[in-house]
Amino acid sequence: MLNTAIHLLLLLLLPPLLPGVINKTKALFAGRQGPPLLQSYYDLAKLMRKDLVLSSTTTWIFVAAPVVTLVAVLLAGLLLPLGPFGAPIAFTGDLILFAYLLGLGRFFTTAAALDTGSAFEGMGAAREVTFACLAEPALFFALLALAKISGALDLSAMLHDPLAGPLHTVMAPLVLVAIGLFIVLLAENCRIPVDDPNTHLELTMIHEVMVLDHSGPLLGLVLYGAAIKLFVLSALILHVIAPFQTGHPWVDWPMFVGEMLGLAVGVGVTESIMARLQMRHVPYLLIAAVLFCGFGFVLLVR
Amino acid sequence: MSLSLILIAIVLAALSGAVGLGLDRRSAWGQRLAVALMVPAAIAGLTGAGLALAHTSEPGPFATRSVAVPTTMPAGIGSWQLLSNRPMLVGVDALSAFFLVPIFLIGGLGSIYGLGYWPQAGHVANGRKLRFFWGTVVAGMALLVVARHAFVFLLGWEVMALSAFFLVDTEDHLAEVRWASWLYLVSTHVGTLCLFAMFCLLRLASGSFELTSLTAGQAGPGLLTAIFVLGLVGFGLKAGIMPFHFWLPGAHASAPSHVSALMSGVLIKMGIYGLVRITGLMPPPPLAWGGLLLILGSVSGVLGVAYALGQHDLKKLLAYHSIENIGIIVMGLGLALVGRSLGRPDWVLLGLAGCLLHVWNHCLFKALLFLGAGSVVHATGTRQIDRLGGLAKAMPWTAGLFLVGAVAICGLPPLNGFISELFIYLGLWRTTGLAGEPSAASVAVAAPVLALIGALALACFVKVFGAVFLGSARSGDTQSAHEAPGSMVGPMIILAGCCGFIGLVPGMVAPVLQRAVGSWAGAAPTPGEALTGLVSLKWIGMMNVSLAGLAILGTVVLAKRTHLAQAPRVGTWDCGYARPTARMQYTASSFAQFVLGLFHWVLRPHGQAPVLRRLVPPPAYFETHVDDYVLDGQILPAARFVQRWMARFRGLQRGLTQHYVLYILATVIALLIWTLPIHQILARLLAR
Repeated sequence: MLNTAIHLLLLLLLPPLLPGVINKTKALFAGRQGPPLLQSYYDLAKLMRKDLVLSSTTTWIFVAAPVVTLVAVLLAGLLLPLGPFGAPIAFTGDLILFAYLLGLGRFFTTAAALDTGSAFEGMGAAREVTFACLAEPALFFALLALAKISGALDLSAMLHDPLAGPLHTVMAPLVLVAIGLFIVLLAENCRIPVDDPNTHLELTMIHEVMVLDHSGPLLGLVLYGAAIKLFVLSALILHVIAPFQTGHPWVDWPMFVGEMLGLAVGVGVTESIMARLQMRHVPYLLIAAVLFCGFGFVLLVR
Repeated sequence: MSLSLILIAIVLAALSGAVGLGLDRRSAWGQRLAVALMVPAAIAGLTGAGLALAHTSEPGPFATRSVAVPTTMPAGIGSWQLLSNRPMLVGVDALSAFFLVPIFLIGGLGSIYGLGYWPQAGHVANGRKLRFFWGTVVAGMALLVVARHAFVFLLGWEVMALSAFFLVDTEDHLAEVRWASWLYLVSTHVGTLCLFAMFCLLRLASGSFELTSLTAGQAGPGLLTAIFVLGLVGFGLKAGIMPFHFWLPGAHASAPSHVSALMSGVLIKMGIYGLVRITGLMPPPPLAWGGLLLILGSVSGVLGVAYALGQHDLKKLLAYHSIENIGIIVMGLGLALVGRSLGRPDWVLLGLAGCLLHVWNHCLFKALLFLGAGSVVHATGTRQIDRLGGLAKAMPWTAGLFLVGAVAICGLPPLNGFISELFIYLGLWRTTGLAGEPSAASVAVAAPVLALIGALALACFVKVFGAVFLGSARSGDTQSAHEAPGSMVGPMIILAGCCGFIGLVPGMVAPVLQRAVGSWAGAAPTPGEALTGLVSLKWIGMMNVSLAGLAILGTVVLAKRTHLAQAPRVGTWDCGYARPTARMQYTASSFAQFVLGLFHWVLRPHGQAPVLRRLVPPPAYFETHVDDYVLDGQILPAARFVQRWMARFRGLQRGLTQHYVLYILATVIALLIWTLPIHQILARLLAR
């Protein structure tokens, strides 16, 4: 019960910290002081208080989309176990629901972008759905590999300590799967080298350009939903790269938060030392992710 | 009881269009009478199917509610003799009843939709023809599904196939429509030819034309494989499995929209019914059959949706999505066959349950989408996606219902498409549990393929929904757009309601699926586990309900909190450009271009790109096409080759009766010579 409460609290409160950590890391690399760690919370609080302005071409889809996306990622967050603790909701087949909830969010985000009738937003939406076509099989190969190791069909049992198998057979596949999942994480959350959240040229954006017309509370919901998505996918990848546990909840929870912030620092480092890829080269990176996860699975089959 | 209700429904449906034939061409009564007969037929048929689904408890093929219809044919008249010993002609088991539901549902709803979409007053020339064949196609499909004898099956099959030809050919004054319908006719008869051969081989194996299950001892592996391959080609041509799909996009696009809904939602599923029925009669199949179906299903799924992305015609795009969904259905069947080969009842259960539920689901959301597309065509007069836009304001109901269909067809929660794909996913996932069986592991690779199909379908339906209903109008065609009348919106609301019902309360369909699967696997070891034990449908349902509830609640609260109605409205921010026009919007073609680039190697899009020459370039245009590789790349060139080769014999056709008589004489003489005992004559000659 207590673990469920902590799960909910972390899911609702921790995500906006991650962009703060990433931005701080990038600022340190660039020799700047950077925005405060809690900047995202300030932004959200301010946006939720503001009035909104709507485009005259939009319909109810435009308003419903951020809500649907937020609900979808929140429910996905309830299905995913955090650290060594079981998820609040676990049942056979929850891993498919998890992946498809993220898909539902994508459907509505991109539909809302097309709702504005802007060429730039259409361009961003086209890129988003295209990259997802490659990220999705990579995610499923990764989940297949994890299911193969654990023999389980629900996320909680599947992600619970993937090192359970004989170490020499699961180590290599897990490394491959971790690399693939990390690329998926960067692509799904529109980070460098796939997308640059700080770019100022609309022509080259992906996620930021889709939400150009959202304002006030709508923009707040969009940013909050994006942060939760980053949190959820990071929690997924943490199971593969840091499956450590002590068995004491009062050690494991802080350790999980520490791992999560460490991963955010890792994303920040990646963004700082890499340039953004050319748009037409991004599919190659994602195909590499599919191959990493696919080979991870094939190694397990033998 | 259920069988007699269904037979009554078949007769009523067959008569529904016929009564109007004698009425005046301009009278609206013919159409009203047809609807007045078709709706009771649909209700009777659905009741009968529901009763059969509720009461067939004991598994085993055709174990229940079969009747032997006494034939009036006197015994001993030539080949009819085989009918004399009172064979079983029709019967209903859970599998038949399962397929009867979509037939009567879409049959009834489509005929109501026709009242607004194809009124007799506006279609004096072809309205009566359309309604007559609408009735016969529904009756034919229902007959073939309840058939227990090869002759009855083929009778229903041909009535269905020929009626569908006339339905596609409704607007036969258009050359494009004639071409599509002739292509359909040719392909359906090639399929029927295969089915004739298949039933003959079945008779060879089982000893009768009745559809009874074969045991392993009755036929060798060669004969069984021949039956399977013939069935796969014959039924695959109807179902539109790649590479037998070539007739489908043209026929679906050319037919009136409610006919497209019937064809895509129900008629192509008859091919699936045939495959499921025939494979259910077989003894446990070799592993290769299931593997072949999985491969064909994956190819149909991925390429179907990839071709769909390249289409500019709204209905053609939906038609290619039918190929995609047939691919998903065939993947489920393939998994079930693999499960039967390896003796894994849980794979059989999940695979076949996914296959069958996707038959229902695809029928619901594809009919919904085609009817929605019909409303768009009705309101604007064009099917070109890039000429539409912003219709959600003029047609809010149609837009909302189309959105339901679009979310459902992408397999997204909380709607029904997710449930059937979940079954197939879980079945594929369970194959990873089998240690030391590499062939089973390769089956699991179908799961990422299904994920790819889902992501591509999402891209495609965001494109369609965005380009047709969102943004602002791209051409003047949408100026006269208006909401469809109640007779068209009503059937769509029912279909959308069914989509929501299966998605939100999936536990309700589980017993029905369990029975239908039980009647398929009757020959195999009965599945030990219940479907509800393999999938937590209760949790899935609760998650879907909370997803839908929270989304709606959140949107309403947000709209209230932010005083949405009073929110200031300004033009879309176009990055500093002050005078954006509707033509600057991203079109559906440009939206799809990036994804199409990934499939460049197979789709081979070609087109006309402008070349900018001077400083101030002259007006230019840009167009792209994606041709169908099987039809335009293979079949038509082959047909042209055969035609050229056959042209050599054209000299024989002089048009003079005397010549033809001469040919007959020559043939008779040749045959006489053939019958001469040449050997004996030669022997005698040489003996001397």
